[in-house]
Amino acid sequence: MTEARAEILSRIRTALGAERLDRARRSAVTRRLERHPRGTIPARAKLIGDERLALFKDMLGKQGADVSQVATPREAVGMIASYLGTCNLPPRLRMGADPVLAALPWREAWDIERSLGTAQPGDRASLSRAMTAAAETGTLFLLSGRDNPISLSFLPEAHMVFIAASDIAGSYEEAWDRIRAVFGEGALPRSVNLISGPSRTADIEQTIVRGAHGPRRLYVLIVGEP
Amino acid sequence: MAQSFKKAAVHALGDPALQKALLNVKRGFVVKRETARANLPEFDTLRDEARAIRDHTLTHLDLYLEAYERKVADSGGRVHYALNAAEARDIVVRLCRESNAKLVTKGKSMVSEEIGLNAHLQASGIEVVETDLGEYVVQMRRERPSHIIAPIIHLKKESIERDFRRAHANLPPQRKLDRAEDLVAEARHILRGKFLAAEAGITGANFLIAETGSSVIVTNEGNGDLTATLPRTHIVIASIEKLVPTLEDASVLLRVLARSATGQDITTYTTFSTGPRRSSDPDGPSAYHVVLLDNGRSEMLGNEFADMLRCIRCGACLNHCPVYGAIGGHAYGSVYPGPMGAVLTPQLRGIDRARDLPAASTFCGRCEAVCPVAIPLPDMMRTWREWDFARRNPALKERLALRLWAFAAKRPRLYRALSRAAARVLAGQAGRRNRLRRVPFLKAWTVTRDLPGPQGKTFHDLYARQQRSKGQ
Repeated sequence: MTEARAEILSRIRTALGAERLDRARRSAVTRRLERHPRGTIPARAKLIGDERLALFKDMLGKQGADVSQVATPREAVGMIASYLGTCNLPPRLRMGADPVLAALPWREAWDIERSLGTAQPGDRASLSRAMTAAAETGTLFLLSGRDNPISLSFLPEAHMVFIAASDIAGSYEEAWDRIRAVFGEGALPRSVNLISGPSRTADIEQTIVRGAHGPRRLYVLIVGEP
Repeated sequence: MAQSFKKAAVHALGDPALQKALLNVKRGFVVKRETARANLPEFDTLRDEARAIRDHTLTHLDLYLEAYERKVADSGGRVHYALNAAEARDIVVRLCRESNAKLVTKGKSMVSEEIGLNAHLQASGIEVVETDLGEYVVQMRRERPSHIIAPIIHLKKESIERDFRRAHANLPPQRKLDRAEDLVAEARHILRGKFLAAEAGITGANFLIAETGSSVIVTNEGNGDLTATLPRTHIVIASIEKLVPTLEDASVLLRVLARSATGQDITTYTTFSTGPRRSSDPDGPSAYHVVLLDNGRSEMLGNEFADMLRCIRCGACLNHCPVYGAIGGHAYGSVYPGPMGAVLTPQLRGIDRARDLPAASTFCGRCEAVCPVAIPLPDMMRTWREWDFARRNPALKERLALRLWAFAAKRPRLYRALSRAAARVLAGQAGRRNRLRRVPFLKAWTVTRDLPGPQGKTFHDLYARQQRSKGQ
């Protein structure tokens, strides 16, 4: 298929009337990739503090997620237990090796049976940690890896996501910069999942139905102060 | 093709079930888009930026493709180029065979429709299952999607229920299946098994990001993610113009995409996939391939239709098109319906086999007005009409009529006299109801409706009078 590659690239250059080694074009591309300039950031994405937090909760709620905010990790564990109860789910939880989640005072909810690893077909509830989020549309950023396996976000019927209030960014761009700070320039983990609500479909007569293929419920647990 | 579009359109207009289903386009999409747009004061600015991003990418497409390809390789994935549909199909089949895939799940992909991928996989002995709910129904019915983002907008739920009962014959026949919730739950149950069993998953891409070598899909159901995550091989099929430079550029486009498409601020899931799973990852595919399809795009880049390559497939032009709203997507007889399809299809198939599509427009301009990347769709449809006219040596009658009109139009006095006379004659014929039931040469119009009679004086006369009264 290298022939197809050469052919396509040469057709593109012919169509554009461009030279492959044209320095101006090349440097325009290199510059843009290195500097990744931002476009207009909506005013709402520039909110800070409590206003940002309120927007984040409001957007998630509008998109069908359940949201709680608690002050301490201890309360977080209590909320997880009571959410499972409210949803009539058994006290069982699948989660990854995320150190923040591992450090929660789980003894406060001794009856929750926790198992580590990827989601299995019988799992009904899972817990992940979002590395960051964008308040502008109530969007969580989940990163794949041992700490937070991807399947936890899609297979179980209830997906709970833990996020520290200070990890909530305003805009997508700000969230990308936080990810760059960890993974470096131009590199991403296998999956970055932007999640903004529970799974849904409107394919049948434009009627919105929850739980198409992914979780029927998304529970976002915000911990601490912004 | 020429006859079949007209026939299909007439048939669609007389199909009461379809007409009822099409009401959902306005109820579902048009109103929600307007609300979403109104709720984001920066929308118009972002739209201009989105357009500029697409233009910049397209004028540097060769270089962004090279950069993208390096990044995919760096993250352990592979890029394959395909000049045309046949090459793309062969590559996908080869990749499925290499990963020993007998069952393949698929996320929604218009490019895979464009290349007829499913039929080819089946013919090669590979079972392929569409997992987007709409596409699943379309596959069950052996149809084509009738809308690029809402594949079964042409169906009422009663017909979907009948399809489910026929296709899922092993489930208890007395089961309740008359609500959308029941249908969704049944599809979820059946497809869950497929997701877990598939050895390869095929998705499309809304964007490909040069900065990171990522492919991006946006979905609400989560089917694309299960397709991309659970099987051991993930194959992405996308056309070359899907490139965008950076994550920041993708962010601008995402802000206008969902709002223009479904009227959501963002889709439930927006997923950036980069290479296969890393050594310490507990899940994700162990192989990641991207098949890049040209199929006429590189040619468009150099012709009058280059602006069409900005398209981000939101479907707003379909939703706001009076022609699409009246006949639905199937009548167009092509993978891409509506205004964007009327521009794209002649390029993919040749104008000789798609000449009715750019002709099926009233040039009302709503498609261009709502396009999030400001594609001049009416202008391009007009250009296709010109190409077609110039190429096909039109019928004698048509040429004579145009020559006569041109003769008169170049002689203002004659033109005015003729139009005044015509107006008077037609007004006389129209009678008290001022309707004309039959007009010479206009049978195609009057066979299904009356022509309103002329209202008083000609435009020229009215204009002249207005100028005179201004002068006084």
